[in-house]
Amino acid sequence: MATITLDTVRKVYAGDVEAVKGVSIDIADSEFIVLVGPSGCGKSTLLRMIAGLEDITTGEIKIGDRLVNKVDPADRDIAMVFQNYALYPHMSVYNNLAYGLKNRGMAKEEIDRRVKEAARILEIGDYLDRKPRALSGGQRQRVAMGRAIVREPAAFLFDEPLSNLDAKLRVQMRVEIKRLQQSLGTTSVYVTHDQLEAMTLADRLVVLNGGNIEQIGAPIEVYDKPASTFVASFIGSPAMNLLNVKADGDGLSLENGAGLSGSNAKGKDSYIVGIRPEHLQVVDGPSSGDGVNLEVSVDVLEPVGAESFVYASFPDGGPEIVVRVSSHARHEPGEKMHLHADAKDVHFFDSSTGRRID
Amino acid sequence: MYKLKITDHLILLTGVFFMVAPVVLTFMTSTHDAIAIYKGGVQFLPGDKFLENYETVLFQAGGFTQEVNGFVMLKNSMILGFGFAIGKIVISMLAAYAIVYFRFPFASVCFWIIFATLLLPLEVRILPSYEIVQSLGMVNTYSGLIVPLIASATGTFFFRQFFMSVPDELLEAARIDGAGPWKFFKDILVPLSKTMIAAIFIIMFVFGWNQYLWPTLITTDESLFTLVRGIKQILQVWVGAQIPAFNEAMALAILAMLPPVLIVVIFQSWFVKGLVESDK
Repeated sequence: MATITLDTVRKVYAGDVEAVKGVSIDIADSEFIVLVGPSGCGKSTLLRMIAGLEDITTGEIKIGDRLVNKVDPADRDIAMVFQNYALYPHMSVYNNLAYGLKNRGMAKEEIDRRVKEAARILEIGDYLDRKPRALSGGQRQRVAMGRAIVREPAAFLFDEPLSNLDAKLRVQMRVEIKRLQQSLGTTSVYVTHDQLEAMTLADRLVVLNGGNIEQIGAPIEVYDKPASTFVASFIGSPAMNLLNVKADGDGLSLENGAGLSGSNAKGKDSYIVGIRPEHLQVVDGPSSGDGVNLEVSVDVLEPVGAESFVYASFPDGGPEIVVRVSSHARHEPGEKMHLHADAKDVHFFDSSTGRRID
Repeated sequence: MYKLKITDHLILLTGVFFMVAPVVLTFMTSTHDAIAIYKGGVQFLPGDKFLENYETVLFQAGGFTQEVNGFVMLKNSMILGFGFAIGKIVISMLAAYAIVYFRFPFASVCFWIIFATLLLPLEVRILPSYEIVQSLGMVNTYSGLIVPLIASATGTFFFRQFFMSVPDELLEAARIDGAGPWKFFKDILVPLSKTMIAAIFIIMFVFGWNQYLWPTLITTDESLFTLVRGIKQILQVWVGAQIPAFNEAMALAILAMLPPVLIVVIFQSWFVKGLVESDK
């Protein structure tokens, strides 16, 4: 168990491609950190640098108090779980778990004790003699985690470990990973592009975009106060509605002039305004309450069971608006709809930098 | 579903006939005596000299020095076949390992140079090769027979393709598990390549077994003769009124065919696996 410190870590690939642009993160002991972002944002590169599978161009990575920039992966006291599990196909499950320990020259009895213990925790005791190809995806996933656990490392590194599982199993394994991490208390860094996975697992989220950190914070903090339009649109599903608006004296209006009313409280000429789908309420008639008021027409109703989403548009074009409604609400395509969002639920972003304005 | 028609069977049977008939004829002929063959040509029916001919071929010393018999030649062929196949596999696996997993300058140039040697079969470089082996004093030794042949572009190519299909994560997992380059090769790559090794072993064994030109050049000592070149030797004894021992040549040919056939039969399931299965 240890802290992990990243200090202005950069990665430049041949041909001057800068994959990671000076990232600093302090990861506390037994913290669960999730690196999340779209593909190509540098999250996997960052993880692989912590693991020692990629060289660090500049900057420092410390695990505990030890600078590990030049330390071999095997000596960093970490364990990694790969997306495709990377189990040794010709070895039994037992030997897959034991291989790394054998290489460390650990005594046979100790190896046996650790493997049995990990097998008990992960409930894979019955498969210890099988080869990986005789296991299902979920079982392979457990074996891959077992291989990490037996090392009793200072940190777990997860590289999109659930991406190869089907949806149902993914949810199940997600809960299991969380439970496991809580009971072992091992510092963990988890990479994913799935914002739901990120939200549910993380103690703290690190949202990455183009090799830069967009925001670090607890999931709910990131969700409630996204630091930029990028974070706003990436975290949350369906994504936050983002509207370009102009200040119009004390009021606000949509760029195309269509039905938006609200007050310009921040004193700038133009903004991007963000409203989450669940914060838009369907109201009976034109509303003039404090906050944002919209008038849209329904395009599509998408029921997902517990709730439904309405995809709507402005009469004369502009961005699409997503609204969460109750699962029993009935809305026909073409129907006019008046929407209201309270002032406290409206996010303002700088229209040129995309950064949050509070 | 497609139903087999009589014409399909006819085509297959024709193929079988062309493949098997010469072998059957060789075997039938090998059970007659030399005079019958000299008079009547190739024999279609079994004769009564089976045991006699095969015993002569296997155990009766012959040749110029009267030191070599079929059994010795069989042993020599075995040594050549195994040495050739194993040597080729070891060399080409190591070469492919270096090319795929180590970043060294001009790695791909090296690979293409190796690959280009496919265009240069032994026959092209036979004089310089002989010169080198000769000046190293390796004429009439097993190592002289085997070593100059074991560099293999084909093997290197197959193993390179195979290693490239092994997922990188496996290497990374092994690195985190503390396996260095040698351990990774020994513990992960070699076991993964099992079926591939078997497939290449079969091809190379048969190829080595059937070598003719090189053994002819490099072994002048009859005790090092291989079976394939021994057949020729029998037919060459053409002294005075002596009839060439066609029966013995045929028997020796049958004997020379057996080990490769056995190897293929025994390993054929591995062979097929090596070519089609991806066990990664």
